[in-house]
Amino acid sequence: MLTYTIRRLVLAVPTLLFIALAIFLLLELAPGDPMANQPLTIPPEVRERMREALGVGQPWYIQYYKWLVQFFVVEPQVLFDRWFGTEFAEGKQRILSWQTRSPVMDIVYQRIPPTLWVVGVAYVVAIIIALPIGIYSAYRQYSTFDNAGTFVSMIGFSIPPFFTGPLLIVIFAVQLEWLPSVYDTVHVVNSWDSFVIQLKQMALPVMVLALQITAQLNRFMRASTLDNLNQDYVRTARAKGLKERAVVLSHVVRNSMIPVVTVIALNVPGIFGGAIITEVIFKVNGIGQLLITWLFANDLPGVMTLTFIFATLIVLFNIIADVLYGVLDPRIRYD
Amino acid sequence: MTEATETPQGDDTYGALKDKVPQKPPRSQWLDIWDQFRKHKGAVMGGGFLLFITLAVLIGPYLWTLDPQKLDIRAKDMRPIYVGLWNGDAKIGWNHPFGTDNLGRDILAQMIAGGRASMAVGWAAMIVSLVIGTGIGVFAGYFKRLDGPLMRFTDLVLSLPILPLLLVAVTLFRQPLVSRFGPEGGMFILIVTIIGITSWMQTARIVRGEVLALKEREFILAARSIGTSSGSIIRRHLLPNVISPIMVSATLGLAAAIITESALSFLGVGFPSDFPTWGKLLADAVPRMERFPERVMLPGVAISLTVLSVNYLGDGLRDALDPRIRGR
Repeated sequence: MLTYTIRRLVLAVPTLLFIALAIFLLLELAPGDPMANQPLTIPPEVRERMREALGVGQPWYIQYYKWLVQFFVVEPQVLFDRWFGTEFAEGKQRILSWQTRSPVMDIVYQRIPPTLWVVGVAYVVAIIIALPIGIYSAYRQYSTFDNAGTFVSMIGFSIPPFFTGPLLIVIFAVQLEWLPSVYDTVHVVNSWDSFVIQLKQMALPVMVLALQITAQLNRFMRASTLDNLNQDYVRTARAKGLKERAVVLSHVVRNSMIPVVTVIALNVPGIFGGAIITEVIFKVNGIGQLLITWLFANDLPGVMTLTFIFATLIVLFNIIADVLYGVLDPRIRYD
Repeated sequence: MTEATETPQGDDTYGALKDKVPQKPPRSQWLDIWDQFRKHKGAVMGGGFLLFITLAVLIGPYLWTLDPQKLDIRAKDMRPIYVGLWNGDAKIGWNHPFGTDNLGRDILAQMIAGGRASMAVGWAAMIVSLVIGTGIGVFAGYFKRLDGPLMRFTDLVLSLPILPLLLVAVTLFRQPLVSRFGPEGGMFILIVTIIGITSWMQTARIVRGEVLALKEREFILAARSIGTSSGSIIRRHLLPNVISPIMVSATLGLAAAIITESALSFLGVGFPSDFPTWGKLLADAVPRMERFPERVMLPGVAISLTVLSVNYLGDGLRDALDPRIRGR
């Protein structure tokens, strides 16, 4: 198992380098000049020097190499310096945003906590709701509960977040006036009251995200439990006189959780990408909203870095899912 | 024609071997599939609704001839006709059954035009992704040498963050395409191509798996032993046999393409602002949805119902096309 994990991690390196190259070339092809918003009165030679200062004048492979060095060497050094007070990255060039002229990673670090709060809580809520419903639906297949659950999850599957978002805002923020429709990112939680405010402002985006994730997980959990309920070992467990509760909860559920856990792991990066729309609707200043802002501002270093972070998450969680599958299911052997 | 029906009636020796009741006429596979499909109520309703929406957006412009772009500022901000049921003072009129927007454009006409665009993008993108996915899947499954590289490539594309890349590509390539093909045509080509080339991976994987299993079967061996070329084996023997997983992933692809197009329009990177699509209508209505909730509801419900019916259709098709479930 360990060798398998190490092999996958080593193989991830060329994959990520290739993905970085693909994204880089895509951005390189793009029209758009970072100097386009500068006044026309700037003399051409000064303009040329400004372009060079931004690092645009060079051939693409040098730019790509420099970005790699900055992302994989300088940025970890900066992080290390910040944590341990050392001075490894002193005077080294970091990835700079064209829009704000400040280091890209500093902005990303600021934006991570709101995203983690909203998306993380939504994911946990969805798991807590979806799994019991999925198990019970499968156990009582074709009952009223199952039909209702399947219908609701089909709806959650089909209604896009850019419709549920405004809908919930109209109901809960405009008509009932219970919850705020805008997420206040600078809100500080330091007392019980401020914690309640935090919960309230998180409620709507969490609902939108949780509905989507619940629908997906519920379908997987139901299908997986149904597969296991007809297995021979379930009949054996019943035949030897185990209580129905023990049969379902400790035999069936444990076995049906195996594929569901890997699905949960696989969907984590997708949630970061899919949260873009939810973040835009509720004005959560998270990573997804940052990507949109930088895209519209034509800030290529920022877009490059963020998209690459998304890709890294996907590759990483793919490996985690595969390894988890091997750990949880002793029948799977990767060697 | 079977032998049993051809035997002469007078022969007593073989009487015991003869069928006492006439044989049932043979049924085609597609008739069986249709019978199974009809049992799935959700799928039948989904298919019916999809047919209805498709016909509505195709024929609608000839029945409701109002121009969706026509500005009529005197008749602006009219409410849909049903608002009159509970609000007698509302500004309603039968000439605009769904009301008008803040510039006086008729919402029913806009919904029809928007549905046309959304459905066209959905179908076109689905076909593009099916062609790419089936092609790559068949080649990877059939030719051993291509299997490794093609599947590594598929895995690589699968680990790309799709929505961010879609946004990047649309914002970056909008100008050159729009200047060549016009604002609407350029955007249509761009969105269809981009959705198509970012959503073929699941189809490719499924088709490859099926082809890998089919390739070892006897009828392929027989075809090869009489000297059939690879091209005809793929066309005559493999493709007809993988049609059912392709159809199921086609429905899923259609739903995903409609949602993606609407999401792009919602984020403001889709079609130009005077070209209505369902996502665009929804996005434009959001700032004033407290006073005019129907402008959010109508396109939102249209998108959701279409996607829901396509998903149900896919569910029913999957059950109907699976021979292990059929006939139970």
